[in-house]
Amino acid sequence: MTKLLQWLLGVSLLGIIWAVIAFDLLELSVPGTYREVAWSMPLYLLVSFGCYSLATVGYRVATFNDCDEAARELQEQIKEAKEDLRKKGLKI
Amino acid sequence: MASRKAAQPNKDNKDKYSVLLPTYNERENLPLIVWLLVKYFGESGFNYEIIVIDDGSPDGTLEVAEQLQNIYGKDKILLRPRAKKLGLGTAYIHGMGHASGNFIIIMDADLSHHPKFIPQFIRKQKEGDYDLVSGTRYQGDGGVYGWDLRRKLISRGANFLTQVLLRPGASDLTGSFRLYKKKVLESLMERCVSKGYVFQMEMIVRARQLNYTIGEVTDVPTPTSWMLDS
Repeated sequence: MTKLLQWLLGVSLLGIIWAVIAFDLLELSVPGTYREVAWSMPLYLLVSFGCYSLATVGYRVATFNDCDEAARELQEQIKEAKEDLRKKGLKI
Repeated sequence: MASRKAAQPNKDNKDKYSVLLPTYNERENLPLIVWLLVKYFGESGFNYEIIVIDDGSPDGTLEVAEQLQNIYGKDKILLRPRAKKLGLGTAYIHGMGHASGNFIIIMDADLSHHPKFIPQFIRKQKEGDYDLVSGTRYQGDGGVYGWDLRRKLISRGANFLTQVLLRPGASDLTGSFRLYKKKVLESLMERCVSKGYVFQMEMIVRARQLNYTIGEVTDVPTPTSWMLDS
């Protein structure tokens, strides 16, 4: 099963459950308060997912390693390499 | 780690690692990356070869590569140039065809990947007999250098999105510092259709689909243009 199919399946399953509760399609006589909550549930979920995403990405951007140490080390090695290669007869 | 620094501790190992270096206008960087590769492979003692696939660089990368071949020997540096720029995917296929190792390492020749991590890749691979080991910028000590906020944001955002949508089981999809078992890379190359940037992503997503095992090592990409100006 491809990822696209998995997503479509998941979304349509949730959509059906939501529709059944929110519009009482099967006439299960779902209490009115349940229906009210269910009605706006997709919006709540979407907003909370959005917040979660923003928070996660924001946190990860803020904590993205700046590898100054590694960069300095590389710079040192570049000098060493150029020196050594010149000795070995490399002409650039 | 310290014990590994003893001279050539892995000399008896039968595995051979072929490093594929596709180049285009890397006359400045190629000697440096080769020097670093020789240094770290030399210290760790693993058997290796470096395959330079130059796509007809107008800056004379090939000429520099020939000099390096004279310095380090034809068994260590192999030149497999192509007449013109034909893209990364085909460069790997082309290079792989000439590789005598049972493992393939692919990395950028522009020093965004540091060869000092290769022994870590190899150890990681042996640890779990992984089919491929991928470097990641997003976990542990991995990171970037010289990226501004915008670039970090785009990188993190895109990575988050693909993680959510594709759940590939690897934290860095677009990283291009990887070690593959040769036969695994061959079977992946047969299936991959995309080019450029997306190609690295397709490789790892397909690897997951084919139930190949993936190990991760944290690596540190560093941009280079500013360094070479100094």
